[in-house]
Amino acid sequence: MTNASASVKSMTFGEAVLWPLFAVLAFLCLIGAGFAHDTPFAFHASLACVASIAASFVILNRYYDRPAELPPQEINGRPNYSLGPIKFASVAAIFWGIAGFTVGLIIASQLAWPSLNFDLPWTTFGRLRPLHTSAVIFAFGGNVLIATSFYVVQKTCRTRLSGDLAPWFVVLGYNFFIVIAGTGYLLGVTQSKEYAEPEWYADLWLTIVWVTYLLVFLMTLVKRKEPHIFVANWFYLAFIVTIAVLHLGNNPALPVSVFGSKSYIAWGGVQDAMFQWWYGHNAVGFFLTAGFLAIMYYFIPKRAERPIYSYRLSIIHFWALIFLYIWAGPHHLHYTALPDWAQTLGMTFSIMLWMPSWGGMINGLMTLSGAWDKLRTDPVLRMLVVSVAFYGMATFEGPMMSVKVVNSLSHYTDWTIGHVHSGALGWVGFVSFGALYCLVPWLWNRKGLYSLKLVNWHFWISTIGIVLYISAMWVSGILQGLMWRAYTSLGFLEYSFIESVEAMHPFYIIRAAGGALFLIGALIMAFNLWMTVNAGEAEETQAAGLLQPAE
Amino acid sequence: MSEHGDIDHVSGHATTGHEWDGIKELNTPLPRWWILTFYATIIWAIGYWVVYPAWPLVTGYTSGLFHYSTRASVADELANLEALRGEKMKALGTASLADIEKDPTLLALARARGKTVFGDNCAPCHGSGAAGAKGYPNLNDDDWLWGGSLDQIMQTIEFGARSGHTKAHEGQMLAFGRDEILKRDEIVTVTNYVRSLSDLSTAPGYDAAAGKKIFAENCASCHGEAGKGNQEMGAPNLTDKIWLYGSDEATLVETITNGRAGVMPAWSGRLDPVTIKALTVYVHSLGGGK
Repeated sequence: MTNASASVKSMTFGEAVLWPLFAVLAFLCLIGAGFAHDTPFAFHASLACVASIAASFVILNRYYDRPAELPPQEINGRPNYSLGPIKFASVAAIFWGIAGFTVGLIIASQLAWPSLNFDLPWTTFGRLRPLHTSAVIFAFGGNVLIATSFYVVQKTCRTRLSGDLAPWFVVLGYNFFIVIAGTGYLLGVTQSKEYAEPEWYADLWLTIVWVTYLLVFLMTLVKRKEPHIFVANWFYLAFIVTIAVLHLGNNPALPVSVFGSKSYIAWGGVQDAMFQWWYGHNAVGFFLTAGFLAIMYYFIPKRAERPIYSYRLSIIHFWALIFLYIWAGPHHLHYTALPDWAQTLGMTFSIMLWMPSWGGMINGLMTLSGAWDKLRTDPVLRMLVVSVAFYGMATFEGPMMSVKVVNSLSHYTDWTIGHVHSGALGWVGFVSFGALYCLVPWLWNRKGLYSLKLVNWHFWISTIGIVLYISAMWVSGILQGLMWRAYTSLGFLEYSFIESVEAMHPFYIIRAAGGALFLIGALIMAFNLWMTVNAGEAEETQAAGLLQPAE
Repeated sequence: MSEHGDIDHVSGHATTGHEWDGIKELNTPLPRWWILTFYATIIWAIGYWVVYPAWPLVTGYTSGLFHYSTRASVADELANLEALRGEKMKALGTASLADIEKDPTLLALARARGKTVFGDNCAPCHGSGAAGAKGYPNLNDDDWLWGGSLDQIMQTIEFGARSGHTKAHEGQMLAFGRDEILKRDEIVTVTNYVRSLSDLSTAPGYDAAAGKKIFAENCASCHGEAGKGNQEMGAPNLTDKIWLYGSDEATLVETITNGRAGVMPAWSGRLDPVTIKALTVYVHSLGGGK
């Protein structure tokens, strides 16, 4: 992609292709907006038109402003790391995280006090719920994964990120996808597949962005200066490749019109359900597990300044994890029209997944051996380690809930919500916060964080929030499950559904309180990181990524 | 690999000899309990495959030693439930409402069935305890808009009120203000009169004679001279201190000004006749049945 021909300024391949491509795209979007059958499509086409014009203009402008030479691969024998896209993704992660947690708090409150939907279509639970899940998983989690993967792959390959415009295209293109998806939900645009709600045009765009992401990551690995590929990069690569496959498998759709937002999925009936949960479960497995395990494998040893506990364990649990995870999806469809044999496979593979999942936990926790004392003094490390503990808990609970008899009690209840959030808040949230606390000072060349005390506050407030959240959901979930299956001695259901809803009320209030604490913690983090960038003391050496003292 | 690595002094294990951005890896063997548990889960899974349906074949699947199927187990559970409910369940279909009331076993069955149906269909408006809400009648008291006998309750459940069904209860509270039948001050006067029927306080200086006259001319045709209501028309009794929308002056002025026309859906066609019968018995038994 780069054109390193001497001092005569010429366009790189990327620049030469992309600026006219975006100009054409802007024109096409304008036509789309003009002929649109529905308002949301017109709105999205207009957004895409404006974004394309801006992209085309920025690319041309950058070409005229930049020196003839592209940024060098190395400066004085040291890799010239590309940090701009990582900074953007880190800031985006914090922004989307707070947005997603806020929407989560709103819908949690709506469940306790339904009138909080204000009787407006845009603020009903049905539209805000996918906004919450997508904002926290794909917007917050996705930006954390992109930021850390671009950072880790450069540092552990000792080479500059591959591509010139490509990393920026990935970061900006991905966030544009988020905007299209999120505004679409609010306007009622959805294909009604959980965690895959965006409609066909957003899916197409994401495909282009994701393939570019894969290429940037792969090409960086290819030109690495280290003989071996670091373990975190295996996990990142598995995450990127599998998400591409899942996205394509679950989303083949035929639009009703190329000028409209509505489409129909190619799959039907139980096949569609099977595809959906093959996708849904492996989004958990490869996005929220493999991707964040990659974060763990870099940031915990880095922060603890200890070697990774076991290379052998990492390689065995990696391959076992990716081989077994892909089979486990059917446990979301126990006691449904899905054939019994498929349910059995889903359940048994989930059980076999237990130890491969715990391999990551062991490697994360045992890396601390010889450095446990740091937990007392370094709240960032404590956050990272507690995230691994939550990971271990959630990956035990998951296989347990996949057992059919357990599932007959837990399915469709709040227990599932509690399970998901012990993984999402405890594992994904905390490991992301820990990574951001490490990353921001490194990226902005700061000596350390603005305040470790505030990290401590963040840690405790959020931990209490998580405990309130998941224990409320455990109790309400088991209560729900028991109420739904209770029969009177005459052979009739003991409770009506509405009575079980009434019984949930106190737990929904506790859950909302837990969510509020978690959000407060994140706001403290945002303030702390903002102050770190804007008021922190600059690192004196140029090496932004050399070993950091752990305070 | 360990021959290339140096020894980590904390753990005593060798490293793999590689280093990435300052991170090394130890060559620690797999934890024994970990690998044994992993093997155990695999063996357990294989055992499960032997006894339960597990692997797809060209035209079928391995059905397992237990020949388990979800469909068969659901059928079993439903059969158990039928057995638990007993023979009397059949009698419920043929017995009349009066017969059910007389037979304690049938009555208990009908009430149990009715309670379940009530929770899933009626509770959203009438509340799970049937205590009602503003605009939705309380079914525990003995104040009935359309009658509280078994037959009357069943008719209301089957066809509803203002539901659009041809046999639905009709009858409207007119919008005396909106339709300019009464002036604003007349409405306030008659409001005070209506309050006085239930021994509620009246506004100072209110003209009782005028109120009585307005009531007799406009309201008595449905609510009766004494305000005792008329179940033929669904006109509420105004003297029993039970209020569907509220007894305060502002609410009554609103009721008289704009009228009321609450809807009770028709359940005939949505619930089967036996279920409606059970539901009728349940509602009748809540405390107010006549």
